[in-house]
Amino acid sequence: MLMDTILFYLFAALVLGGGILTITRRNAVHSAIFLILSLLGVAGLYLLQSAEFLFAVQIVLYVGGIMVLFLFVIMLVNLDQAAKEKQFNRQWTVALACAGLVGAEIFYFLAKGAGAFQLAKGTAEANTGMGNTERLADALFSQYLLPFEIASLLLLVAVVGSVVMAKKRI
Amino acid sequence: MPTSYAETYFPVLLQAVIAMAVAAGMLGASYLLGKRVRNRVKDMPYECGIEPTGSARERFSVKFYLVGMLFILFDIEAIFLYPWAVVYRELKMFAFLEMLVFIVLILSGFFYIWKKGALDWGETGERRFRKP
Amino acid sequence: MQTVLQHPLFTPILVTLVIVAVFPLLAGYIVLVERKVLADFQVRLGPMRVGPHGLLQPIADALKLLLKEDIIPADADRSIFWLAPVISTFTALTAFSVIPFSKTIYVADVNVGILVISAMSAVGILGIILGGWASNSHYPLLGALRSAAQLVSYEVALAFALLSGLMVAGTLSLQGIVQAQMQRGIWFVFSNYGFMIVPFVVYMIAATAETNRAPFDLPEAESELVAGFHTEYSGFRWALYFLAEYANIFVVASVAVTLFWGGWLRPFPSVKWLALLDYLVPLLVFAGSGAASLVLVKRLKDPLQQKVLVGAALLLVVAGLVYVIPAVNAAAIGPFWFLFKVSLVIYLMIWFRGTFPRFRYDQLMDIGWKWMIPIGMGAIVVNAALGMLPPR
Repeated sequence: MLMDTILFYLFAALVLGGGILTITRRNAVHSAIFLILSLLGVAGLYLLQSAEFLFAVQIVLYVGGIMVLFLFVIMLVNLDQAAKEKQFNRQWTVALACAGLVGAEIFYFLAKGAGAFQLAKGTAEANTGMGNTERLADALFSQYLLPFEIASLLLLVAVVGSVVMAKKRI
Repeated sequence: MPTSYAETYFPVLLQAVIAMAVAAGMLGASYLLGKRVRNRVKDMPYECGIEPTGSARERFSVKFYLVGMLFILFDIEAIFLYPWAVVYRELKMFAFLEMLVFIVLILSGFFYIWKKGALDWGETGERRFRKP
Repeated sequence: MQTVLQHPLFTPILVTLVIVAVFPLLAGYIVLVERKVLADFQVRLGPMRVGPHGLLQPIADALKLLLKEDIIPADADRSIFWLAPVISTFTALTAFSVIPFSKTIYVADVNVGILVISAMSAVGILGIILGGWASNSHYPLLGALRSAAQLVSYEVALAFALLSGLMVAGTLSLQGIVQAQMQRGIWFVFSNYGFMIVPFVVYMIAATAETNRAPFDLPEAESELVAGFHTEYSGFRWALYFLAEYANIFVVASVAVTLFWGGWLRPFPSVKWLALLDYLVPLLVFAGSGAASLVLVKRLKDPLQQKVLVGAALLLVVAGLVYVIPAVNAAAIGPFWFLFKVSLVIYLMIWFRGTFPRFRYDQLMDIGWKWMIPIGMGAIVVNAALGMLPPR
């Protein structure tokens, strides 16, 4: 149990530290690297929540897929010019308001305790019997069948959309 | 027998840390052991012996982004199939039909991008030679 | 002492240390084998100077690389230039942590083992992109771009090929996959009426491309890109990329063996009387190769080299004889079968390199997207349909 706590704070520090460094670095590629660190921390947090499938997917898709695309895009940008531009623009008031709102929400729920949430049943017996993937699959292919097929439609739309948007320049 | 996920995965984390330490350690050792005689020409980027021309960070074909984007989408589709592959022996026909719908949808998207030419890389090669 | 030995982390830590300590040396010897085999294909001798038949060449190479000057190009992004090869190496070595070498020898048996390996190979791509970008030079950037596009393309095909295997296994844990093969008494490559050979072929082609090996070594095509993404890398930084490449080769070969060729199981694991293979094959492999090298001793002229080779040959013979002792055999036969099969797969990949000419870039992308991905998807559907059939 102690190890869980230590690891939680380690991963949480990774998430927050990575996040802060992501927005403060001037070099976009350095930002991307810290974003990767932050995403890895999130993967670790998933693992501590016994969601090992999600942990692996987080790394495969976010770090291995989306960050590769990010780096492709960053490489296209003229970095020298980007580094000279103002780091924080005038939308900061809106951002601050949003952050304050989210903070207030978090404090409200922290004050109210676990009773504020409707927790799904079954999380307590995470380590008994079947593995995480099997349980996820059972839920996905019986209870959440419709969302699953809708997800495939969504992906189809995304595939078509990505080609349509890039088509003019092929 | 490990009882929690943290215990199961701790060796993996440990291996990652040790591997990183070893890699960094080897670099450090070579940094200390190697001699250093620097000069301007040696530090120049390699360009087959001529003076480097222009910045190396230039723009490249949009095809690379397209491949990156399509990769993410198809990877998500593959990830959706992993849980199915695990339980398909138990769920049998029902899961098979579900997955057939899913794969048909993927394939229709796949053939759309194929027909649109998103998978063609230039007019090079055989086609050029086949022209009269 | 007893408590230390029984601690649940004892075996994992021991295996981790052995992997991290031994693999760099092993990678050096895989390179030597590769050079020797390629030389044989081309009727050359290969390395012959350092040690008998070049046996000490890897050690000489490693020492030389360690003492090389540490050059960072003037315009490079220094921190990322440092970081990139470390990312490649550490992801490749971390992937070893879920590989089952035998029933008891593994670092961790996790439920999503195969996804951990995919995840590590996906993160490894970042090492290549960042390395090419940080060099701030034309060839590395082009090489990195090509490499990234190639790796992501073939990763999809690889995932589809893996899925076919996983459908038969019914688990994502690598140890569980081997156990499933033991229970059903069949290596999965012969499963589903022999159809599993199709996903295996797709897997091997995609894995060859994933590890940037010939004929898919476009990222480092010497004739056009000098050396691809690691053009500016020299000395030990370059060696780390090399180490990562060979570690990746070992990992993809291990996954192929685990998923398709029975992992640490012997051939026909359900036939009892074939247990004698557990004794016969190691004896033949080790003692046979030892005897063969004793024959070679006569051809060497240098007396010191002769002595070294005799020593190596005797060691091999002893290793073969040790396998006859039942207690040792029971403990060491798992790793033997596993590593034996892995070396056969690695040999196959060296054979590819010696045989096929390099593809053009558009051919490479065509093979990946227009052949491997549709075939992989088709294989999933056919496999699913075959799995529906009533059991024999």
